[in-house]
Amino acid sequence: MTQPVLKQYSPVKFSRIYALGAARGDLTVTNDDIAGPIDSSDEWIRQRTGIITRRRASAERSLMDMAVEASTEAIKAAGIDPSEIGAVLFSTITHPHQTPSAAALLADKIGANPAPAFDISAACAGYCYGIAQADALVRSGMAKYVLVVGGEKLSDFIDPTDRTISFLLGDGAGAAIVGPSDTPGISPTVWGSDGSHWDAVGMTASLLELRDGTSSWPTLRQEGLTVFKWAVWEMVKVAKQALEAAGVTADDLSAIVTHQANIRIIDELAKQLGVPEHVVVARDIIVTGNTSAASVPLAMHQLLKDGDVKSGGLALQIGFGAGLAFGAQVVVLP
Amino acid sequence: MALSQSEVLAGLAEIVNEETGIATEAVQLDKSFTDDLDIDSISMMTIVVNAEDKFGVKIPDEEVKNLITVGDAVNFITAAQG
Repeated sequence: MTQPVLKQYSPVKFSRIYALGAARGDLTVTNDDIAGPIDSSDEWIRQRTGIITRRRASAERSLMDMAVEASTEAIKAAGIDPSEIGAVLFSTITHPHQTPSAAALLADKIGANPAPAFDISAACAGYCYGIAQADALVRSGMAKYVLVVGGEKLSDFIDPTDRTISFLLGDGAGAAIVGPSDTPGISPTVWGSDGSHWDAVGMTASLLELRDGTSSWPTLRQEGLTVFKWAVWEMVKVAKQALEAAGVTADDLSAIVTHQANIRIIDELAKQLGVPEHVVVARDIIVTGNTSAASVPLAMHQLLKDGDVKSGGLALQIGFGAGLAFGAQVVVLP
Repeated sequence: MALSQSEVLAGLAEIVNEETGIATEAVQLDKSFTDDLDIDSISMMTIVVNAEDKFGVKIPDEEVKNLITVGDAVNFITAAQG
């Protein structure tokens, strides 16, 4: 008896981002609103972070609410039916359940049930990790369309007296639909991690310590200067590698959309990279704050919405954060 | 060849000037980065990275907080040159 030859997926050549969606927290929180507990001021916060306001979600607006809103916009703008979505990837560190995943619930809520769905835990690099996986899923033929969401309700995990990171943070969700393309729309991803700096950004305690009564509610914290140094000088190398892998130079870009960590990181990174004047550098952090996995798609969505960049242009997007994890790719703007 | 203390000071003053706009003459050994030169921690880290590059030395992150004055930094860099 002859053994039959297995069927495998038929790959497609290229992928691209079809559309983006965005949702932000419903509250606009000023520096004066949060300066008291950290013994700071509007001026000090602006100078060190660039943030004027951050958007946070009220108790009535959940992480899932924002993810559904952003996803619905992206699906509609992409002109696809949610039933065509072949995978849902949700990058988040603030889904308040260990299991099940946020992605499975999101898939159901947007009409993508029974699409495979799973969460990605790569913090501020999570969206770029998601785009990397969506690109692979689409080009391998495993999924026709993939929904990638970066979403966070970080305000559930902050300490108002923390001077290391809490005052930077905001809430929101950004979504992208990735699908097949006739021309290249997503470059090879340069991504990785460095667990030797696992403690540089993270939580004040584990859930086990909370259970055992040795810690209060775990909140986010970071070693700011170590992270700053890594985020600028190591990420410059990653950004250059991503441009090289894409076969383009900084001159060819319309925009650079970095994780919106801190304006000082964004500006120094742009300076070290030698960004030409015509390239728009996303600075959504000024009004939105640092929204971790949501920050790259939110910032890119805003640039497109404001007409600062045009569909079809090239953008370098780079996410970096806890892990330490990083991911960068050049994409054709939807 | 290792640079002298005055050569390191001159080089460091140039780095500080480039990052902050502070005149190189104002960058003196007895000046405090924070209190006298009004340099914040993020600018300090940028200065440290540029100094590492310029002088070919390694300044560990945990050492940065001990560099209170310009003299502290100059002495550290001079010694680290071996």
